[in-house]
Amino acid sequence: MNFSEVFKQSNQLCKVSPDGKYLATCVQYRLVVRDVSTLQIMHLYTCLDQISHMEWSSDSLFILCAMYKRGLVQVWSLEQPDWHCKIDEGSIGLVSSRWSPDGRHILNTTEFHLRITVWSLCTKAVSYIKYPKACQKGIDFSRDGSYMALAERRDCKDFVSIFVCDDWHLLRHFETETQDLAGLEWSPNGCVLAVWDSCLEYKVLLYSLDGRLLSTYSAYEWSLGVKSVSWSPSSQFLAIGSYDEKVRIINHITWKKIAQFEHPATVESTKTVYKEVERRPAVAHSSTPRVNVLTNFVSLINSLLLPHLDEICSLPVQIPVVKPDPDRANPKIGVSVLAFSSDNHYLATKNDNMASAVWVWNMQKMSLEAVLEQTSAVRCFQWDPRHPRLALCTGNTKLYLWSPGGCVAVQVPTEGGFQVHSLNWHCSDNSLILLGKEQLCLCYMETDEEDK
Amino acid sequence: MPESSLVKDGRSSSVEYGASPLRQFSQSSLLLHRNSYMLGTFCTEHNVQQCLSHINQEISSLGLPPVWTESGNSSELNIVAVLNCMYDLIQLHRRGLRTLESMEVEQLKSSSNIDHLQLTITRLKEQLELSKRENTGLLERERQLQLKAKSLQSCLKNEKEEVQKLQNIIASRASQYNHEMKRKEREFNKLKERLNQLLVDKKEKKQAIDVLNNIGRADGKRSLWKTEKTEAKHEGEMYKTLLSDYDARQRELVLENAELRKVLQQMKKDMVSILSSRKPAVKSDKPEHSGVQARSEEEEEEVFDSSKESVELYCVHAREKLTNSIRLQWRRLKSHVERLDSQASLVQMVESKDTDAVPQETQEEEMDRLKLEIQQCKDFIQTQQQLLQQQLSSPCDEETASLLSNCYMLQEKERLGEEWKTLEEQRKIFERERKNFTEAAIRLSHERKAFEEDRATWLKHQFLNLSPFADSKKTPLLKSKSAFLISAETEAPEKLIKCHSDTASPTPRCVPLASASTADLYRTLCLIPENSSVQPKTNGEHVEESSMFCGDVFVQHQQWEHSEDHTPSQEKNSSI
Repeated sequence: MNFSEVFKQSNQLCKVSPDGKYLATCVQYRLVVRDVSTLQIMHLYTCLDQISHMEWSSDSLFILCAMYKRGLVQVWSLEQPDWHCKIDEGSIGLVSSRWSPDGRHILNTTEFHLRITVWSLCTKAVSYIKYPKACQKGIDFSRDGSYMALAERRDCKDFVSIFVCDDWHLLRHFETETQDLAGLEWSPNGCVLAVWDSCLEYKVLLYSLDGRLLSTYSAYEWSLGVKSVSWSPSSQFLAIGSYDEKVRIINHITWKKIAQFEHPATVESTKTVYKEVERRPAVAHSSTPRVNVLTNFVSLINSLLLPHLDEICSLPVQIPVVKPDPDRANPKIGVSVLAFSSDNHYLATKNDNMASAVWVWNMQKMSLEAVLEQTSAVRCFQWDPRHPRLALCTGNTKLYLWSPGGCVAVQVPTEGGFQVHSLNWHCSDNSLILLGKEQLCLCYMETDEEDK
Repeated sequence: MPESSLVKDGRSSSVEYGASPLRQFSQSSLLLHRNSYMLGTFCTEHNVQQCLSHINQEISSLGLPPVWTESGNSSELNIVAVLNCMYDLIQLHRRGLRTLESMEVEQLKSSSNIDHLQLTITRLKEQLELSKRENTGLLERERQLQLKAKSLQSCLKNEKEEVQKLQNIIASRASQYNHEMKRKEREFNKLKERLNQLLVDKKEKKQAIDVLNNIGRADGKRSLWKTEKTEAKHEGEMYKTLLSDYDARQRELVLENAELRKVLQQMKKDMVSILSSRKPAVKSDKPEHSGVQARSEEEEEEVFDSSKESVELYCVHAREKLTNSIRLQWRRLKSHVERLDSQASLVQMVESKDTDAVPQETQEEEMDRLKLEIQQCKDFIQTQQQLLQQQLSSPCDEETASLLSNCYMLQEKERLGEEWKTLEEQRKIFERERKNFTEAAIRLSHERKAFEEDRATWLKHQFLNLSPFADSKKTPLLKSKSAFLISAETEAPEKLIKCHSDTASPTPRCVPLASASTADLYRTLCLIPENSSVQPKTNGEHVEESSMFCGDVFVQHQQWEHSEDHTPSQEKNSSI
């Protein structure tokens, strides 16, 4: 495991191009594009203001930089560095900007969600979509980029519009049976659209591409409902995390619940619980025989000298629970993050009132595989796009990795204490991008080890 | 423990008491005597006699031999007796002392016992008091708790009502809130529209795109005009994706189905093989049920075969058949396994008992067979009884049959009573006749005696007339004759008694004795007329009847026959 040197970044804006060749970072109002393999600066673009959002086009040829305060969007080309494009939304304001899947259109959402402006870079044409709904996730493109689902609100009713991304042709427009639609998400195969209601009501609706209602699922009534929804990469399962601290897995044939994962404070039945323990480097791992170390990992990262290792605990294990404040809105309770591993075998979840724990579920056995209990709240976790490997960070100087073989913690060996706030896997290369507050660094996994 | 000891003591003391009254008495009397000696005025020279008699009386009352016997006028003391008596008295005294001691000890013991018991009683009383107090305390607490529970229940009720109220409030608020939301949203939308309009109208800072030069489409194609055709194309593509998805899913399902079918077939095959290997065993096990079972099995086989052919068909009917056959076979397999289990347990049991399994089985079979036989026999008996009943009573139902049989019995009784009466009369007549006969016989014997005497005298005369030795010859002959007569007369009653004891008739002996003797007499005298030979027979019959009258009708019938059977033997007896 190796780490690159540290680079500057701001606003955590740092993205690898979809083809995996370039790394774009924003530093104040500058956009820096580097080669991922050499980390050499290839291009340097200067924007008109501090960049608040940056995005690669799907073909990795263009980069979109949005400056929401100014209502401006600037687009840069990698092939033609002198090519430029500037979109001014004017006084109507800008709250969100994104590429269309084809990489030739830009969708800008104006302030107050008055409308969505679709700008074409090919024809300079502009088109508007009125009545977009301001919600958790009101717009979603299908995985293959051919369809866009948009949540709308008209006359106090929720609608979903399905557009063909090719020419923005409105394919379907239908009213949904929701009180207050909160989000929608395409299944990875692009055939089913999951629509869920706001947290006041537990309701998940499944629509076919052609607008037919396939099924409605509701686990309970009255109390706060859906908090997060995630499709498995195979489109086989829909995981619904809710405020009752449970994850419900719905299958794609009958659209009925096939499993329910609870997040109890006392873990009694799982294979392993990894508990992070603070220890002096000197007494790292010779004293306690219970310490579980992936020996190959240790040999691998021997030079880094791991001062903190995760310990396997004997069951049952008590996981610290923070009682949410009942008087405040959006209570910190329930499953807020769900992530399937790329091979569909595992599901990682985080329960907000047990912020220091990540739960890994085995989707084949429909059982708890492991619990990773950290010393501080988990900030971010992400699955390796190619392996069943989970990377997570807790805002300290360590990077944690879990794989079915075990768990390991790695100190980021940089001077001045690099605190990992967020992380991103490189889509194909065996590396991770770690984002600190103002810095970033790359972490390279040992490829030889992986090949073995 | 103290109770048991107490009981023991009581028993022992009671035993003592049971044995002692006499001793006590003697003791007291002795003491009394001693006291009187102490006073020294018991015996003086003047009252020796009185003293003696008094002591004698006392001693005799104590159950000792008298000291002084009045042999005539001499009133001398029998010194030996006195000494003996004294010795006895001393012994008695000692014994008395001993018993006294033991009694005292006993007394002490029992008094200590009593103390102990009293102590325990007081303690128990205290305990009782305590527990009573506790009880009252507990009762009080229970009452309080009940009160509490009641109050809590009322509280709960109130709370429930409160909850209901709150729910209603929530509902009303929610509806109000929803309404407000909608109003606000409408307003918001209006504002949005207005804003939009204003922005459009303003045109002061227009939205703009500033592109150096247009870029080509990602796919390199030129953008198309929106036409009906494109719309149709989009629709078509959408359906295509949907179809392909469904297609993929269907393929998956087909694959899965094929896999499952394979498994199913494998299972079926296994099942069939297992079951077919089992079948003969089943037949041998249960010969009675095998017929039915075999038929059903054949049916199942049929079903299975037909389904086997149509396994590949997607016909609902075939599937149904398949599932049915599977279900059936599964059931059979299950029962088979269960039986195997039970057999295994049986074998285990048998092994634990160290006996062979086969003999037990055969034994059981034998037992079953025997039981069956018993049942059959019982059935047979029952049917027989029924038939009998039917035969006896007219073909009516049982109740009437029993009624009729009762009537029948009554009739029979009456008839028998009448017969009895007539027979009684006949008996009387016979007795009278017998009396006449005996009288006649006596007369006859007298006459014969006279006749004998006459003949003797006549013979004497003749002898005296014929020879001088006639006297000496004549007496032995006469003697022997008389002896013969006497023996004959004594022999007959003996025989008669014997025969009567054989028949064990309750009739008095004298009557049959007389009748037998008369009959004998007649026979010996060849005086019995031919028809009168019936007389003893009827007599015996009559006796039998009287003895057996109180029996059952059937028994009586039998007895009738029996007595008839017996009569000849009786005749024989009497004839001997």
